[in-house]
Amino acid sequence: MRKMLGLVLLCGLLVLTLAFYACGSKQGEKKLEVFSWWTAGGEAEGLEAMRKIFINQNPDVEFINATVAGGAGSNAQAVLATRMQGGSPPDTFQVHAGLELIGSWVVAGAMEPLNFLFEENDWMSVYPQGVIEIISQDHKIYSVPVNIHRSNVLWYNKAIFNKFGLDPPETLDDFFTVAEVLADEGITPLALGDNGIWAATHLFENILLGALGPEKYKGLWTGKVKWDSADVKAALKTFVKVLGYVNTDHAALSWDGAAQYVIDGKCAMTVMGDWAHGYFKAKGLKPGVDYGWMPSPGTIGAFNMLSDSFGLPKNAPHRKIAIKWLTVCGSKAGQDAFNPIKGSIPARTDADRNLYDAYLLSAMNDFSSDTIVPSCAHGAAAAQSWVTKIHDVMSIFVAEKDVEKAAREFQAAASRFANK
Amino acid sequence: MVRSRKDIAIGMSIVIPCFLVLAVFVYGFIGWTLTVSFTAWEGVLPNWEFVGLKNFATLFSTQRFQIDLLNTVFFSIFFLGFCVLFGFTLAILLDKITTGAAVFRNIFLFPLAISFVVTGVIWRWIFNPSVGINALINSTVGVNIAWRWYTDTSSVCGFHIALIPVVIAAGWQLTGYIMAMVLAGLRAIPVEIFESAAIDGAGEFRKLFNIIIPHLKPILLSALIVLGHISLKIFDLVYTMTGRGTAFVTDFPGIYMFETTFQGHFYAEGAGISIIMLMLVAIVIIPYLYSILKKERV
Repeated sequence: MRKMLGLVLLCGLLVLTLAFYACGSKQGEKKLEVFSWWTAGGEAEGLEAMRKIFINQNPDVEFINATVAGGAGSNAQAVLATRMQGGSPPDTFQVHAGLELIGSWVVAGAMEPLNFLFEENDWMSVYPQGVIEIISQDHKIYSVPVNIHRSNVLWYNKAIFNKFGLDPPETLDDFFTVAEVLADEGITPLALGDNGIWAATHLFENILLGALGPEKYKGLWTGKVKWDSADVKAALKTFVKVLGYVNTDHAALSWDGAAQYVIDGKCAMTVMGDWAHGYFKAKGLKPGVDYGWMPSPGTIGAFNMLSDSFGLPKNAPHRKIAIKWLTVCGSKAGQDAFNPIKGSIPARTDADRNLYDAYLLSAMNDFSSDTIVPSCAHGAAAAQSWVTKIHDVMSIFVAEKDVEKAAREFQAAASRFANK
Repeated sequence: MVRSRKDIAIGMSIVIPCFLVLAVFVYGFIGWTLTVSFTAWEGVLPNWEFVGLKNFATLFSTQRFQIDLLNTVFFSIFFLGFCVLFGFTLAILLDKITTGAAVFRNIFLFPLAISFVVTGVIWRWIFNPSVGINALINSTVGVNIAWRWYTDTSSVCGFHIALIPVVIAAGWQLTGYIMAMVLAGLRAIPVEIFESAAIDGAGEFRKLFNIIIPHLKPILLSALIVLGHISLKIFDLVYTMTGRGTAFVTDFPGIYMFETTFQGHFYAEGAGISIIMLMLVAIVIIPYLYSILKKERV
């Protein structure tokens, strides 16, 4: 009996707390809630560095760091969706720049355009045109990119390449020549860790980019280039051939496991975004000495980018303060504080070059001169719904290796989602 | 017994809040999910356009979902088989030992106390084809095992070989549950029956098949129902241990539902999967509830 009463009381309390929570936020309060999945390591430290700048400028604001851990943001996105649909958006949230934001929240009319912010701060001249294109829909800009990561990087073990007198491959043909030599020497040429499939999509998008070139690659995402065209089928065949040179346990590893294989010399190369650079450095390797990098085979002159950015949801509880935060995110000081720690390059082209290491400087050079294209596996090129379907097709393709079927299913997804 | 008005009032005031909470948060949301599964809701904003059974038709023609259903069937069969076989054997053996039984009982029960997430992570390492059990055998016995465990993409008559490690992990965790149920059941069989059977000259096997198993049937049935609904809804263990797997070899409806709804924003499709999962569990549970209700009425 007493237990039951206790239970009833507990239920009552629960309802009461929920009620308090619901009427918690009011306009006029000096608060800022920043929602992100930056919970650990360089990301969290980078966010902290930006927070310090913000608090220096706005000492009376209470900064609420709302983070959701795990799954490269997929858990955070699930939480965000619940909050947005429930009508209690955070003041600002982290999102991959591009279609991940545009294809879901912008299409739903839940975001405020930020052109005014770009004009007030003269950002149009310091952000490359390619980036502005990726973050815009119908000439309206919807997020402030904080950093840029590069997807199309081939990392290689220098000791192995020196030992066999090899040059890192520039083209896909070079890649197969090098891979053949390495395989003969008993070294697995390419490391892949596609547990959770996105790393396979990541490798494939860069083979697509290498095989099709930047213009046709961009056309895939706008519907101009068909996925069942001869070019894409050829790229799929190349991808199958590449899969013949990867480690057999790729399905059991994640990307960092694959990077570790390169460190250990079990594999010679891996294609991964430049967060791998942070991993190598954290393991005590010297950039340029122990490991080297190249644009992934066939993609010299193209910069496959993804970017973390912050947006402004409509009905943000503290809109004015959120705009101040976005100003910090887009400022030179903010980006130069965040990026050296996070291990990425600034989205602006006027950063202080003294703060960045050799790899990041080379990425900055390429970023300012190369053709910029959006990454699919990381939310820049396509809406999440499309990416989910691509992952599903990829899951089957890496096992069945049926080029015709994959091309057909990729095209079916494209005709459903391209230009939507 | 005559109940006073006060008693009834107290009873009602306790039952009604629970009933309301259940009505809203369980049955209300089932109704909501069912409604969503008939709509064209895709993307982050609700779209209430009625499309009938289209989502279900799409699901059943999707290769991933077909694989998921097949995986669920095979997994349930082997997982239940594993648990009953080992749980039953352990219980019979433990019933025979006089010293140390408590120690072993606790050892076998312990996995039950661990979260599925932890089990998943541990077994992912154990069955990792390059650093797990293969490496251990290689370094101790010197035999090189080429079996790729949960990364194997081959199948036998539709059964994915990669499911074997998952069955072992899930079985490892829940065998103790069957063992505990059977042990309790064994204690409940009157000793006189065994004594008179012994006088009549019945051997151990005779006792097992003619006394123990018939007596344990109701207990085994309830235990199987509990395990059955766990296996039909399996998510956390597989999600942390293997994920969907290459070519969906270790994919289940729960994982598909999570990924398609919360990562792909296909809300109607996700609701459809949820409803199918609910119906699968209902197929197992409803006949059981029915039989219990019938017994109570008698």
